[in-house]
Amino acid sequence: MLKYILPLLLFIVLAVFLALGLNLHPNEIPSPLINKPAPAFSAPKLQAPEEKLSQTDLKGKVWLFNVWASWCASCRSEHPILNQLAQTKAAIIVGLNYKDEPEAAKGWLAQLGNPYDVSIMDQDGRIGIDWGVYGVPETFVIDKQGVVRYKHTGPVTPDDVQQTFLPLIANLQAEN
Amino acid sequence: MKRLFIVFLLILSGIAYAGVEFREFANPEQQAAYENLTSELRCLVCQNQTIADSNAELAADLRRQVYEMLQQGKSKQDIAQFMTDRYGDFVLYNPPFKLKTGLLWIGPAAFLLIGLISVFLFTRRKKTAASVQISAEQQQKIRSLLEEGDHS
Repeated sequence: MLKYILPLLLFIVLAVFLALGLNLHPNEIPSPLINKPAPAFSAPKLQAPEEKLSQTDLKGKVWLFNVWASWCASCRSEHPILNQLAQTKAAIIVGLNYKDEPEAAKGWLAQLGNPYDVSIMDQDGRIGIDWGVYGVPETFVIDKQGVVRYKHTGPVTPDDVQQTFLPLIANLQAEN
Repeated sequence: MKRLFIVFLLILSGIAYAGVEFREFANPEQQAAYENLTSELRCLVCQNQTIADSNAELAADLRRQVYEMLQQGKSKQDIAQFMTDRYGDFVLYNPPFKLKTGLLWIGPAAFLLIGLISVFLFTRRKKTAASVQISAEQQQKIRSLLEEGDHS
């Protein structure tokens, strides 16, 4: 009897592991920044380079930090969704224009619309390193206390907005 | 023909130098630390390469970061900590032994042990199965059958 059950059991165990493996996303690295204070930065604004923005300017507000670049193809597919999200005025959207040419970035926003309340420039990628950015686009959600609460890697989809971002933002807006 | 060959070699030498970053170090220890660190940090874009091996832009940025921190006199531990604070243990090719990474460290040894135990059990069972007792009468029959075969 064991002779027949054993291979079956082995097969089931293997199948379960393979099925789990299919649903894993090894490209998504869990961020160690979750529930930690947002990394400090002070960077020139894309539209007004003489002004700087730092994370302390955003204290007391719920904000999204979206890493984007005009050279990034999946940012283009994400862009209309960010435009829609911006229209709901659920939270402030701050853009991190990552390793980009300012002129190309401005042209991109003029052409496709600007969902960002403000974009800051990170031409040499240092702010990106501080935030653990390894692929563009990435989106962080930061609460009123300036703590990182969520990170999304890759383009945000309409489902992500409805099922994850909007409920999370609503919760964070209700916090003190 | 010879001249053509030399031209060809010169063209190749250009390729050999392309993509090499020039870094100056204060002392050989610092250079050793740099080489050691860049070959222990994972490039997060192309996850099966170290940042020393990778041509990805992020890898170049991280190499620059390692270099600058060494220039500032930071220790290897400081730099490894800097990277894990930002990218998690995943960035280290040699992750620390923790509850979360336990399976990673113990896994291969555990599977080897399971394998050895099953081989041991399997071969032992085979041996006991082979040593089936046969009666004197059966033995006699076997012998006569064999002898019969010899005559034909």
